[in-house]
Amino acid sequence: MTLLAVHDLVVARGGLRTVEGVSFSLAPGQALILRGPNGIGKTTLLRTIAGLQPPVGGGIEMAEDAVAYAAHADGLKGALSVAENLAFWAQVFGGGGIEAALSAMALEPLADRPAAALSAGQKRRLGLARLLVARRPLWVLDEPTVSLDAASVLRFADMMRGHLSEGGAALIATHIDLGLDARILDLTPFRAQGITPSRPAGFNEAFA
Amino acid sequence: MIALLRRDLRLAVRAGGGFGLGVAFFLILCSLVPFGVGPDSGALQPIAPGILWLGALLACLLSLDRIFALDHEDGSLDLLATSPLPLEGAVAIKALAHWITTGLPLIVAAPLFGILLHLPAGAIPSLLVSLLVGTPALSMLGAFGAAVTVGLRRGGLLLSLLVLPLYIPTLIFGTEMIRRGQQGGDAATPLLFLAGITAGVLAVIPFAAAAALRVNLR
Repeated sequence: MTLLAVHDLVVARGGLRTVEGVSFSLAPGQALILRGPNGIGKTTLLRTIAGLQPPVGGGIEMAEDAVAYAAHADGLKGALSVAENLAFWAQVFGGGGIEAALSAMALEPLADRPAAALSAGQKRRLGLARLLVARRPLWVLDEPTVSLDAASVLRFADMMRGHLSEGGAALIATHIDLGLDARILDLTPFRAQGITPSRPAGFNEAFA
Repeated sequence: MIALLRRDLRLAVRAGGGFGLGVAFFLILCSLVPFGVGPDSGALQPIAPGILWLGALLACLLSLDRIFALDHEDGSLDLLATSPLPLEGAVAIKALAHWITTGLPLIVAAPLFGILLHLPAGAIPSLLVSLLVGTPALSMLGAFGAAVTVGLRRGGLLLSLLVLPLYIPTLIFGTEMIRRGQQGGDAATPLLFLAGITAGVLAVIPFAAAAALRVNLR
């Protein structure tokens, strides 16, 4: 059984192919860490798998509504308190367990504070706590540890281990070592060859 | 969906949310007009329906760009797109929240502003009904414009240029209905057109706006 299977995937950003020919699969309990230099297309690949943009080629197989996506922006409303922000996402995703999510990221003392008054690292912790209330099996994370301090990184790694041990899976783009038992996929060999814009099919014929 | 509606309403009411901004703008517009054209009822009465509807259009326009821009900036829109909520539903809910925070206060305040413009008391019911039936279309068309321009810097001006022409049919039939109410004519025909426009917009626009959002999220 696999949660996510990717075959020969080609993704593009702004009409330019970034990586091509990427294949991997994730079973419950597995984590895959994406590596590669800036601009190779880690974020584009993650957004494609999260369903925010269509792939240019290849296939993505996974159950519907399996992905919880977390990127650089945490989707927080400054006028709402920490607990209200979490409660909103819990309702949208049909999840729950706000208390547990708050304590996993050590946010209980901040629960009633408006999100606008949080530091960058605290906002990040709230953004990661959202993953717990979303109750999705596949976490797709883009640089999850940005602006976290060392203690919070450890706490996040613990949360990640808990998720994996409960049968979840994770796809993470990160440059730091989380101390997880995870495979590493370096995207450098998959860099797209030739910088030709991927035009829609039939474009050349129409203008020939 | 209810959660999204509640969040949007709560955000609008809290500091910096802009609740009541539309009504305040409407009030200022309606009180400026008598200064501009003179306070005698002979000059004001014929233009009152047009001024009231133009005020409603512009007041509605003020807060349109917030419908999606703020959610796009803080990443909520990406998360909503990956949530179990269909994007079409999210568009409809956000347009509804916009209508509750902008359109509904306008409707409640409109009779007062009608008096400022010397609108006869007999025309007040048709003013209320025309706004009640017409303003949902304004919010929904605005949501479409906001979806098309989301992610653009200074998208607000482009949004106005895109959306205002789409408001023309609602404006025509809305003012016509008040005018007929004023003169004691049959207001049913403009009302039916107004309701038809609103119904069509409510049925089609969520899909168009969601498609525009999907393109803009890429």
